[in-house]
Amino acid sequence: MTRALHPRQRLLILAALAFVLLMIVAPVAAILSRAFGEGLATWWAAISDPETLHAIWLTVLTALIVLPVNVVFGVAAAWAIARFRFPGRRALLILIELPFAISPVIAGLCFLLVYGAYGPVGEPLMNQGIQLMFNLTGIVLVSLFVTCPFVMREVLPVLQVTGEDEELAALTLGANGWQIFRFVTFPNILWPLLHGAILATARAMGEFGAVSVVSGAVRGQTMTLPLQVELLYNDYNTTGAFAAATVLTALALVTLVLRGAVAAMHPDAGGRT
Amino acid sequence: MPTRAAPRSPLPGLGLSLGTTLLFVTLIVLLPLAGLAWQLAQLSLADYLRVMGDRRVLAALRVTITAAAAATLVNGLGGLLLAWVIARYRFAGRQVLDALVDLPFALPTSVAGIALVALYAEDGWIGSLLAPFGMAPAYTWYGIVIAMAFTSLPFAVRAIQPLIEELDPAQEQAARTLGASDTQIFAQVILPNLMPGILTGTGLSFVRSLGEFGALIFIAGNLPFKTEITSLLIMIRLDEFDYPAAAAIAGTLLGLSLILLVAINVLQTRLYRRFERGS
Repeated sequence: MTRALHPRQRLLILAALAFVLLMIVAPVAAILSRAFGEGLATWWAAISDPETLHAIWLTVLTALIVLPVNVVFGVAAAWAIARFRFPGRRALLILIELPFAISPVIAGLCFLLVYGAYGPVGEPLMNQGIQLMFNLTGIVLVSLFVTCPFVMREVLPVLQVTGEDEELAALTLGANGWQIFRFVTFPNILWPLLHGAILATARAMGEFGAVSVVSGAVRGQTMTLPLQVELLYNDYNTTGAFAAATVLTALALVTLVLRGAVAAMHPDAGGRT
Repeated sequence: MPTRAAPRSPLPGLGLSLGTTLLFVTLIVLLPLAGLAWQLAQLSLADYLRVMGDRRVLAALRVTITAAAAATLVNGLGGLLLAWVIARYRFAGRQVLDALVDLPFALPTSVAGIALVALYAEDGWIGSLLAPFGMAPAYTWYGIVIAMAFTSLPFAVRAIQPLIEELDPAQEQAARTLGASDTQIFAQVILPNLMPGILTGTGLSFVRSLGEFGALIFIAGNLPFKTEITSLLIMIRLDEFDYPAAAAIAGTLLGLSLILLVAINVLQTRLYRRFERGS
């Protein structure tokens, strides 16, 4: 498999390694060095600060709410778009992909304009005593926005490639919709679904710009972990900020390993994003 | 898009799946975007021009766009190098390199932001090397460029990599037989084939850089007229409850991004068509 490498090829590989070392590895090393530089005990003390613990909990809670919604929506959208022809189908596809093209801060602003206290949806609800922004609901809503394309764009290509022959056969044999989905479609899309769900969950836990617009920034209450990192950093509590950042860095690395494992177990699943 | 399904598929579930999809898309994507459009529509042209003509807004736009262009240049070259090495050569650690490329996407942007400051501030590992020359990147314009390049690097690599994997070695061998030098082969055989990928990758990288916020605010220094970026200005207007001004700036940035994306799409389709006809 390996031919001896030409000196110029070695040079290119070295250049690539140096670029990645400088651009990607060094920042991560900097986080770890700053977080653990004063010893494990200091790191642990920073992590177990009640505000930071609450931020970790809020981030996990957001991910736990966003994940199932994303899976249901992603599969439903992929099914509708892959299996049926209806007017506006392409427009729907574009609309679902649009969040990838929109800057998170602008996304957050859009939500404020509609669901905020002065928005056309937010104002009547506010009069009923229901507040949507500057709390968990707002954080969940914008997290759904920034993660909405992930599952659909992984599942859709697989549904299109596998075709509907097996599903039609099951239909002829008398299977109902749920049985077709459960026994024919679901096994086919399991891996890409998992892949998309991993990416979406990672994004939901790491989102900063959109969440910081709608969170309301109440200390110890509406601070997700990425926001807590900023708060601590601006408080000149750098050790605390970097300690909180190690949790998110670990999550990022776990994400990479998980999606690597999914891709290795099932090569077809790995659409790249 | 292949048109596999018959016009009227006998499969069940259209109502349920489309209903779910439309409900979600309406609440999560369509309504918020309509909200921005609605807010913009209430602005008179004069108001819009007053917001956008503000010297501070123009300065922020200039900083954001030039820095995004510089970051895109870094990513175009670095992305081509990385994609080439990962796709073409087999060496120990290649798979690790391949996986590491995605790290900027996986890493939350606020974490990336403080990491880059730690690295490039005057007391950081790299910043302290540059500080004696007065060139520590943190809180300067090129700190912004570094942060933008970091967050958007995967776009460039992942758009170019599959095209390199698909290159036909026979073309390169044919060129070599005809006496072409390595440089000629690269410039005239390889590069044109990679153009659609380079274009998409750098285009997406540029659009992402325009909208980046988290990684930048830590390293930018946020000095009005010097290192203040557009996304930060939107946040500042929001904190002042000046929603119309925030919407005007956001709408402009969003419009710019969407125009760019459409342009990339059109250009890319044309390039592909040209090469399909050519080969």
